[in-house]
Amino acid sequence: MENNLKENKTGIDLTKKLINEFQSYQSKLNGDASGNLNKLRMDAMSVFEKTGFPVKKMEEWKYTNLSPVMNHDFKFSSDLSDSDITQADIDKYIFSAGSVNLLVFINGIFSSELSSVISNNESIFIGSISEGMTSHKEIFDKHYSKYADYNNRSLAALNTAFFPEGAFIYLKKNTELNTPVHILNISDTKVNSVFSQPRNLVVIEEGSKIFIAEDYYSAGDNSSFTNMVTEFYCGKNSHTEHYKIQNEDERSFHVGMTQVHQEQDSHFSNTTISWGGSIIRNDLNSVFDGTNTESHFFGLYLLSGKQHVDNHTLADHKMPNCFSNELYKGIIGDNATGVFNGKIMVREDAQKTNAYQSNGNILLSDDATIYSKPQLEIFADDVKCSHGATSGQLNEDEMFYIKSRGIGDKDAKSLLLKAFVSDVLDSIKIEEFKVNIEEKMEMKLKNILK
Amino acid sequence: MEKETYILEKVTSSDYKYGFTTDVEMDLAPKGLSEDTIRMISKKKNEPEVLLEWRLKAYKLWLNMKEPKWPNVQYPPIDYQDIIYYAAPKKKNVLNSLDDLDPEIKRTYEKLGIPLVEQMMLAGVAVDAVMDSVSVATTYKEKLGELGIIFCSMSEAVENHKDLVMKYIGSVVPQSDNFFAALNSAVFTDGSFVYIPKGVRCPMELSTYFRINAENTGQFERTLIVADEGSYVSYLEGCTAPMRDENQLHAAVVELIAMKGAEIKYSTVQNWYPGDKEGKGGIYNFVTKRGICAGDNSKISWTQVETGSAITWKYPSVILKGDNSIGEFYSVALTNNYQQADTGTKMMHLGKNTKSRIVSKGISAGKSQNSYRGLVQVSKRADNARNFSQCDSLLMGDRCGAHTFPYFEIKNKNAHVEHEATTSKIGEDIMFYCNQRGISAEDAVALIVNGYAKEVLNQLPMEFAVEAQKLLAISLEGSVG
Repeated sequence: MENNLKENKTGIDLTKKLINEFQSYQSKLNGDASGNLNKLRMDAMSVFEKTGFPVKKMEEWKYTNLSPVMNHDFKFSSDLSDSDITQADIDKYIFSAGSVNLLVFINGIFSSELSSVISNNESIFIGSISEGMTSHKEIFDKHYSKYADYNNRSLAALNTAFFPEGAFIYLKKNTELNTPVHILNISDTKVNSVFSQPRNLVVIEEGSKIFIAEDYYSAGDNSSFTNMVTEFYCGKNSHTEHYKIQNEDERSFHVGMTQVHQEQDSHFSNTTISWGGSIIRNDLNSVFDGTNTESHFFGLYLLSGKQHVDNHTLADHKMPNCFSNELYKGIIGDNATGVFNGKIMVREDAQKTNAYQSNGNILLSDDATIYSKPQLEIFADDVKCSHGATSGQLNEDEMFYIKSRGIGDKDAKSLLLKAFVSDVLDSIKIEEFKVNIEEKMEMKLKNILK
Repeated sequence: MEKETYILEKVTSSDYKYGFTTDVEMDLAPKGLSEDTIRMISKKKNEPEVLLEWRLKAYKLWLNMKEPKWPNVQYPPIDYQDIIYYAAPKKKNVLNSLDDLDPEIKRTYEKLGIPLVEQMMLAGVAVDAVMDSVSVATTYKEKLGELGIIFCSMSEAVENHKDLVMKYIGSVVPQSDNFFAALNSAVFTDGSFVYIPKGVRCPMELSTYFRINAENTGQFERTLIVADEGSYVSYLEGCTAPMRDENQLHAAVVELIAMKGAEIKYSTVQNWYPGDKEGKGGIYNFVTKRGICAGDNSKISWTQVETGSAITWKYPSVILKGDNSIGEFYSVALTNNYQQADTGTKMMHLGKNTKSRIVSKGISAGKSQNSYRGLVQVSKRADNARNFSQCDSLLMGDRCGAHTFPYFEIKNKNAHVEHEATTSKIGEDIMFYCNQRGISAEDAVALIVNGYAKEVLNQLPMEFAVEAQKLLAISLEGSVG
């Protein structure tokens, strides 16, 4: 096993700990050990054991160093006693009580007491993956781990090995669900540093429609490490709106992969907002496996302190006549670092592809850094693809204009920055959720402009 | 569509027009690379001990280096022991005029359409023509000498201007820079050396035509251009090579140094043998080109038109060290059949108020792969740095690829960096418009491509612009997208 953990000062070898944890986890499986699912786990673990955690030598990890994560003595969900997080604790995280389907996960473990699902019926299932895999076995077997390939991604392999924790959402053919689904993930770090690995599966069948908000918080003074994977299957002519918001505190680490599989005529939109956390890495990949599919990626990172946020996206055009659009914006203050790596892949037969990508950045301090790498890989000729990337600071003329009308320096900056990111926020279609996010943004901006 | 395919085939199948070998007796070193080979090269060229040591140091570094695998190109492994590292025409006379030139070599240039005599007479271009590794003719030297300009082959420079060479060689591209630069440092046989003294504006375009001749010889030139304070020079480099079946390795190093207020303009037209339609043969062009704007208010501008070589792997870069310095990169890279190109630039902003501009136009046809890879780096103290990059790709044919890999590393809040890239084929409406006015599809493509590349071609000096346009047209004959 080759990784860079040897220099670790604290002597904690997270990789070794994970391997031990996996073995004890295996020994606890009664009779289940020979099933297909367990074969998958074993296989995934062998992939992780071979490669270990990603290191900076890898091109995909060129700008992100995970070694600070390794110094913490994380507890796994199996070692943790029941969390004492109560309804009162989570109220502040809920944007629209009573009118959403709420799934709550504490340290990656489903909390049925805190969750409230109102829409379930014979064509809708919203619940934990451990429940869903038995009640909807056929669907689960058909889709689980079919999209998130872990062979070259050791973190996804690790997540697959420690399955099952997470949400399962299933919409039968032609089901339009207008009540949003809220997946609330909380790391309870009051007593221990915790390691959680949520694994979500979302299956939206032909002609169905869904809104999903997925957000992450941490509560407590210790650190947390979240390694999540979400798989989306978007059936023919389906419509999916997905939002991922990272609200964790500055002691949190988050690595995650969202893997989307799109069938013909489907529409998928994702908005990823990162303003919390210490080191964050998001991978968002969409594979277009049918013609006329449409995909939108929106992203916003608002960073202060020593935060490090790395967004990797891939729009993989395999079929003709597809459309993808990507817009990522970043505001980086203090000593923070932003990384954007967007890739548009147009395969040989994907003629008539339209793919656009744009990344805009504003640096607010002398010590802020942005690494941007927009890429195009094109193997078909009849395409229209473009990308753009910018980095700059607030326009002096605009600042002067606002200030000359009696608005203070901070307010002027705040106004301009809000205008800068407004097109990303506009992608959020759940009104209450958007309001909630705007409030948070206001606070974060104050923090950056302090 | 069928007609388009037909024209495309016709255009893309036009043969390399400059394929021939010259029968000049060659003085060859035995195949293979060892310390002895390097000593032999050094001895043959009457080099001072200090340069030999420099070469040996590079060789030792090279032994511990690995061939880079990150470029987006594929080729069979190169056997570095199967290459002849030194080849010089045997009959080396001291030439007073062009009449003394070997008639065989003279004919080669004539076949290539390089009007050496004509250029001397009409265009006023001084030509330091390099036939394989040793310079055979240097013209207009006396005229330049009056101004104190040194323009000669590297070997001459080592003999006559040893201190200047030793001061600057390896200062921009050190021996340890990369695998091919180290190899070049160890075995380079010749190249050009230019020194422009303080305040002198070089009155003519300096030009070297490189030729690769002699079977199985990799050519390792080393070019060093030093522009002292307030001077200006425009340098042209143009390449054609005979048709050959075996791949030839070409690993050149070009170093540019611009002092305070100096300006260097470096233009390249590269048309080496790209291999045949099945992708057999062709030159491997692995070049390290880098310039440094060492002084304030200096400027370096790279312009390149790349149509040849089986594999092109080069990134002419600028280190913007001086305050207010400017770096420019203009490139047209055209790939056809099985050609592969991975080219781009690096702009490293270190000084304050530095500016850089990148314009890259890629054209891929046939089954070729064309990649742009570029880095814009703004360091912490590079206040008010400004960069604008534009990378466009034009695709012709549905089996070729166009790729863009830009990197941005911005560590200064005052930096203003912009990048945009587009990829598309020639619009059917544009083709229709041309056809409708009686312009054949083939002519229309040439017209559109020339228009597409105009921004870059405009940067070339007159003499080159004509040649470059011709080259694009030849390389594209019949390519309709």
